[in-house]
Amino acid sequence: MDWSIHASGIRAEEATMAELPATTPSGDFTGSAPVDPSRRARFAEFWYYFSENRGAVIGLWFFVFLVLLAVFAPLIAPYAPNAQYRDAILVPPFWEDGGSTAFLLGTDAVGRDMLSRLIYGTQFSLFIGVIVTTISLTGGILIGVVAGYYRGWVDTTIMRLMDIILAFPSLLLALVLVAVLGPGLVNAMIAIAIVFQPHFVRLTRAAVMTEKSKDYVIGSKVAGAGNLRLMFKTILPNCMAPLIVQATLSFSNAILDAAALGFLGMGAQPPTPEWGTMLAEAREFILRAWWVVTFPGLAILVTVLAINLMGDGLRDALDPKLKRS
Amino acid sequence: MQGADGKQAADLRGGDAMFRFLFGRLAVLIPTFIGVTIVAFAFIRMLPGDPIMLLSGERVMDPARYEEMVKRFGYDQPYIVQYLQYLGGVLQGDFGTSISTKDSVLSQFLQLFPATLELSFCAIVFAVVLGIPAGVVAAVKRGTFWDQAIMGTALIGFSMPIFWWGLLLIIFFSSTLGWTPVSGRISLMYFFPSVTGFMLIDSLLSGQPGAFKSALSHLILPTIVLGTIPLAVIARQTRSAMLEVLSEDYVRTARAKGLSSYRVIGIHALRNALIPVITTIGLQVGVLLAGAILTESIFSWPGIGKWMVDSVFRRDYPVIQGGLLIIAMLIMLVNLIVDLLYGLVNPRIRHQG
Repeated sequence: MDWSIHASGIRAEEATMAELPATTPSGDFTGSAPVDPSRRARFAEFWYYFSENRGAVIGLWFFVFLVLLAVFAPLIAPYAPNAQYRDAILVPPFWEDGGSTAFLLGTDAVGRDMLSRLIYGTQFSLFIGVIVTTISLTGGILIGVVAGYYRGWVDTTIMRLMDIILAFPSLLLALVLVAVLGPGLVNAMIAIAIVFQPHFVRLTRAAVMTEKSKDYVIGSKVAGAGNLRLMFKTILPNCMAPLIVQATLSFSNAILDAAALGFLGMGAQPPTPEWGTMLAEAREFILRAWWVVTFPGLAILVTVLAINLMGDGLRDALDPKLKRS
Repeated sequence: MQGADGKQAADLRGGDAMFRFLFGRLAVLIPTFIGVTIVAFAFIRMLPGDPIMLLSGERVMDPARYEEMVKRFGYDQPYIVQYLQYLGGVLQGDFGTSISTKDSVLSQFLQLFPATLELSFCAIVFAVVLGIPAGVVAAVKRGTFWDQAIMGTALIGFSMPIFWWGLLLIIFFSSTLGWTPVSGRISLMYFFPSVTGFMLIDSLLSGQPGAFKSALSHLILPTIVLGTIPLAVIARQTRSAMLEVLSEDYVRTARAKGLSSYRVIGIHALRNALIPVITTIGLQVGVLLAGAILTESIFSWPGIGKWMVDSVFRRDYPVIQGGLLIIAMLIMLVNLIVDLLYGLVNPRIRHQG
């Protein structure tokens, strides 16, 4: 991943920035790409700007914590996510009257341990974020590069198609798509990925159009690079900065939307310990057992917040316009 | 004389540019509209199962009736003819008929839309009234505790799962404190005819004591829930627009002239910073309608968001199809208006075409 370079590629005025190391665009004219010796320096520079944002660093560490939680869930969680303890129904958290340290965050209406379900829920949320972002990013880049590179009727057709998707509120379209495909986590992810795609297409297209007329691209073309090489090896790496920022945003939005679909009963189905689905199951106990409602939502909020904090830091570090200020 | 002529010529050119801008927008809008109708048309046909059964909402049907329904919905025609018939119906306001209530989709929409409009309007007012001052304060006090506190809160609002936020507010304000009702638009003890469809206005018109207060108290929590994300977005956008404007030369000039800092911030900077903020507010319409799906479900608010969710659960496919199309048309219309307003406010945009 050598995207720190491309912080320099987005806007024309960044050429005047003195503090950036002089970088050559990654499109090489000769053939095999040599390993760039300045890559470490560029990462150091990226990290310098990223770590200036304290919130971003906190978000990053929290995200790492979540990943570890998800990977080692079977080792960390005290109970299996769907194990029911019939004699411990709606037990409050341990600090409340009637709570016990056997169930630190209490149990739900069928006696399942909240903490264990929350820990396993991390797996689902991160999985949803990764899959949705990967699908919409890959699809969006492919379509966006083609639109921005070829222009003309190809571009017009693609952009009108994207306008059509954007004309619907995202959650409504996802809801209707799930109604067509049938409720479930996989279909919810597909629906959300389709809904997010146009944003990546638009961003990629705009960035490709800016880069396309620059000298290094024309140089590669003159040197005989084919269309595919120009599109994906010469131009695309220089368009990555805004896409990375958008990817973090769509990661957190995917978690939110999937949880919302789960909450509406159209996403992951019970007894899956997905946080939104847990909230839907908890709704009827809202007045009796605050903990079954509070903790899953808090988990969603904190996860999304951590990713958004990271996104802000990435934007600061990758967007040269803000860097100057 | 010459000055007046020049001005007139400029006005004419401006008008010309405005027309070209308008036509440019329409040239984009019409294909999108056709595409949106194709999506709605294709929706019923993509569903698993027999579309005739789905459209008529019947489980068992004798062959004669089946034939009749095929004729009625035009399924014996080629797809293109079916689509053109559908489009023709849509252009005449025929968005289909609900299976469960046998009402026309459009009349149901018109009946429920004021509830959503009232809620969305209050939510956007809430977001603007709090968001713009918060963003201005954060920008002016950049880097201070206030900036960090406001932007931190805004980021939390931006990351908020609003369906959970709604439940939390119900737990706290309705259940623990008993201040606000849990659901609905007004207490059941009040009954008056719907004049405007907006509960706040109707309750005032009814003249019944306490009715307005009841309507207002039902509206508070949904407004906060629906307004949270737009509030966060507007605060963040206002801050960055203000920061950009505050570093411009004319602001420095205004300060150098010795104008008071309230005047500089309030008049010179804010007025220019508001232009992108207005676009952001316009773009929140889609966010509001998506948020209305969740907010209305939580608070049993009888608007189009809850209507759509209920229709998905009832498998009332004509309503899903028609509602989807009407909502998309509404968003396209609002986006067009925002674009045109933006072109009016900011001439640079319309000259770019």
